[in-house]
Amino acid sequence: MSEAPTATATYHPAIREERVALVDLLDRVLAGGVVIVGDVTLSIADVDLVTVSLRALVTSVSALVEDTDDSRGGR
Amino acid sequence: MTDSPCVWVYAVAADAAPAFTGGPIGVAGGAARPLSAAGLTAIVGSVAESEFGEAALRQNLEDLDWLERTARAHHEVIETVTKERPVVPMRLATVYSTDEAAAGMLMERAADLREALTKLAGCSEWGVKGHAVMPGDDAAGQQPEADGPSTGPGAAYLRRRRVQLTARRDARQEAVASAQAVHAELDRLAASARLYPPQSPEIAGHSGSMVLNAAYLVADDRAEEFGTAVTELAARHGALQLTLTGPWPAYSFTGRNESRDER
Repeated sequence: MSEAPTATATYHPAIREERVALVDLLDRVLAGGVVIVGDVTLSIADVDLVTVSLRALVTSVSALVEDTDDSRGGR
Repeated sequence: MTDSPCVWVYAVAADAAPAFTGGPIGVAGGAARPLSAAGLTAIVGSVAESEFGEAALRQNLEDLDWLERTARAHHEVIETVTKERPVVPMRLATVYSTDEAAAGMLMERAADLREALTKLAGCSEWGVKGHAVMPGDDAAGQQPEADGPSTGPGAAYLRRRRVQLTARRDARQEAVASAQAVHAELDRLAASARLYPPQSPEIAGHSGSMVLNAAYLVADDRAEEFGTAVTELAARHGALQLTLTGPWPAYSFTGRNESRDER
């Protein structure tokens, strides 16, 4: 999907991020929002979505790190 | 609505049948539409069971590209309707088999949803992240080797290394203390606050160590004051790099799963 610039208020642009970062969005849509059990998603309701998606993140991040071995920065 | 077996719920609004000015396009490219029951209106969209049914969801949630696409689409719809009226956002992947089932949820949870709507009315969520500002590895002890007493190259290296490590530890401690002070101050301006666990540097694409990952529910008429406070705090606490995000739909303050402190 193309970029989704959303934050529109103009307070203090110097320290504001222009685009919603995926990591901030995932914090909110996975750990926030009303948790109601959809009848299609009964079993998923018991699963911590953050854990499920973290697996996705970790997998893709480690793939990324293997690709570019020096991408971790000084450590 | 019989051509599509599943119903994705984005959010719930208080009034009946909101009129979408923009006709937001949601998850899987389907248009969001209102679904009213019990005097509430859910903003829903039709999705295919092959992609959003239970088994498919479990798999797809572990696919980062799918997750990003879906999360952004979910967010975009919620953001669009938030501009028009107060809504309570749903957690990602709240899916019903039929409109009737989704309407049943509205009736069953009407009291909770109304309570949340009342609390969120006239407020927005703001995110504040704080990263420790670390001294660079070459900041300390980069001077040419002094010919002091008992200075072999090895001893000089160890001394330099010790200075670096101490500087980094001090910087982190100062950042943590600053984060606590910043949070205390912002909490006073907010109707509610929630602390998230720090984001991992790899995922966040930020090399610094995150010491604050907070969400604040702020009355819209105090938003400017809140923004000013963040700017001032950023100037006052040199050990912290502060980032303000928002305004967000009030994802972090929907009741039930909310707490002052996560974990």
